[in-house]
Amino acid sequence: MEAVMECNDTLTLGGKTFSSRFILGSGKYSLDLIRAAVDRAGAQIVTLAVRRANPGGADDILDYIPKEVTLLPNTSGARNADEAVRIARLAREMGCGDFVKLEIMRDTRYLLPDNAETIRATERLSHEGFVVLPYMYPDLYVARDLVEAGAAAIMPLGAPIGSNRGLSTRDFIQILVNEIKLPIIVDAGIGRPSQACEAMEMGVAAVMANTGIATAGDVPLMAEAFGLAIRAGRAAYLARLGRVLSCGGEASDPLTGFVRS
Amino acid sequence: MKHIRELDPRNRIDHMAYLPDMEVIDSDVMEQVLAAQQAYTPEAFSTADVREALAAGTRTPRHFAALLSPAADPMLEEMARLATAETQRWFGNAVTLFTPLYISNYCENYCVYCGFNRHNRIHRAKLDPAGIDREMRAIAATGLQDILILTGESRSSSSVEYIGEACRLARKYFRAVGLEVYPLNTEEYAYLHQCGADYVTVFQETYDSDRYEQLHLAGHKRIFPYRVNAQERALRGGMRGVGFAALLGLSDFRKDALATGMHAWLLQKKYPHAEIAFSCPRLRPIINDDTINPKDVHERQLLQVILAYRLFMPFAGITISTRERAGFRDHVIGMAATKISAGVDVGIGGHSDESSDRGDGQFEISDGRSVPEVRAAVLARGLQPVMSDTIYV
Repeated sequence: MEAVMECNDTLTLGGKTFSSRFILGSGKYSLDLIRAAVDRAGAQIVTLAVRRANPGGADDILDYIPKEVTLLPNTSGARNADEAVRIARLAREMGCGDFVKLEIMRDTRYLLPDNAETIRATERLSHEGFVVLPYMYPDLYVARDLVEAGAAAIMPLGAPIGSNRGLSTRDFIQILVNEIKLPIIVDAGIGRPSQACEAMEMGVAAVMANTGIATAGDVPLMAEAFGLAIRAGRAAYLARLGRVLSCGGEASDPLTGFVRS
Repeated sequence: MKHIRELDPRNRIDHMAYLPDMEVIDSDVMEQVLAAQQAYTPEAFSTADVREALAAGTRTPRHFAALLSPAADPMLEEMARLATAETQRWFGNAVTLFTPLYISNYCENYCVYCGFNRHNRIHRAKLDPAGIDREMRAIAATGLQDILILTGESRSSSSVEYIGEACRLARKYFRAVGLEVYPLNTEEYAYLHQCGADYVTVFQETYDSDRYEQLHLAGHKRIFPYRVNAQERALRGGMRGVGFAALLGLSDFRKDALATGMHAWLLQKKYPHAEIAFSCPRLRPIINDDTINPKDVHERQLLQVILAYRLFMPFAGITISTRERAGFRDHVIGMAATKISAGVDVGIGGHSDESSDRGDGQFEISDGRSVPEVRAAVLARGLQPVMSDTIYV
């Protein structure tokens, strides 16, 4: 573990550098959860649903977020690009900075992202100087369009939001990791530390999780477990997966070593 | 007692025929809802049907029907455990607090069970814009950010423009503005949306059209299909979310609950972006009529309905009524309900001390706790009180 830290393995987003690759999602908040994510899992980025913010009012989630973490306001509640742009601007006016996690959904049953509207909003917000992290359904062409539109990272869903079903879209996320130069951050569906670890082993840059921790029996302990799993998965990726893990049987000596040149 | 001509069925208008100026939309949702309700025989479901419904990953209308049936009653505990897990999965610990604001209790309808009905001798009142502002300021001072504006049904006393003015005032103080007013045409909903409202709740009362005819004897509310299609018109008018409810106890509550759920389910299928919410009222005593009491819907049955809504549509908001006692409400939040009213006054002008012309309430409430008291109760359950969970864009 320490070796990972020693080699300055950091994540850079929008000009900011982070040593943690765990991002706390915002779906289910509690004071305990945020404290646990920061203290026990080392989270440096915490997402914030702008619709939940109540600046100056009672029970404002902004009050719960430690000042040292980077806020990642999200546009949940937006049903199209226009609404997402308005919510992002509102977040900026509230003093949440220039980072924005773009979420555009037009289905309240499945909460799946609308990729086409997301591309449109990414283009507009990046022109306005936002650091745009778009939540998307993992599709290579869409990811390429998002890169062109000025995204700072790509955030494919692992499984439907809140489902805790893990990497249902594993193969498609792997294609994004292979082909897209921007950081790939898995968002949604990660319910267990083992799933977070698996995603990191695949080479994704970071993992966002919320429900898996928020609904655990022991929130601080589960936060710690996620933090460890993400670090373990990252270390495994950097170490390059061994023969058994990566592609099955492989002789330790070259099979073609007998050939004379 | 004065003579009421509508008590004679021959003096009532056809409750299935639209009146002039009532918009007719091209939709078959009502027909589908009524067909499902009429086909539903609660006693036809077995324990095995309920077990299948409980085990299902995604629940179908047939599963929902099983969960509402008498066969599910012995499995209420299991339903509660599953519902709690679903609620936590979709909403976490969040419970949104809100309060209703009655701005006028003038009503031209004659609904035999309602305290606002035009023949009920209560003190009528209507807040003027200054009074509305005063009330809203007092409510906002409690920390609430979510308000529900209510009126009786009287286009002459509480016009659409009057309601629109209330919405504009509400936007000064609140993040979320909901309406529970008489059904409107699409263009009128669009106007109120522009004024700041984003949610519309319409209680259908009962989906049993024959029973509906016997209970709603006069006024616009008598027109059954216009009321059923209100949520669809509201969505077409640009509202973000719509709420559904049957007043349980007016007719067969299981069939009414099934129709309520199917109504919401069908509209969400047709308008996938729509935010769906259920309210779960049952009859409460009203002023001047001791015969109106909740009869067959006791807490156990009410809870079964609430849990069935949650298991059928896990993503839907559920509001728990102030008609219920505090102990019931406090247990239902987190288990199924996601929204709870606080600091409730169902009369006119009761929130600010300065209000002089106070009108009588629509019904009696069972939970009169203040906002700090409800907030403390939410926290005591290990849940998170949320003042704002929506954004008007």
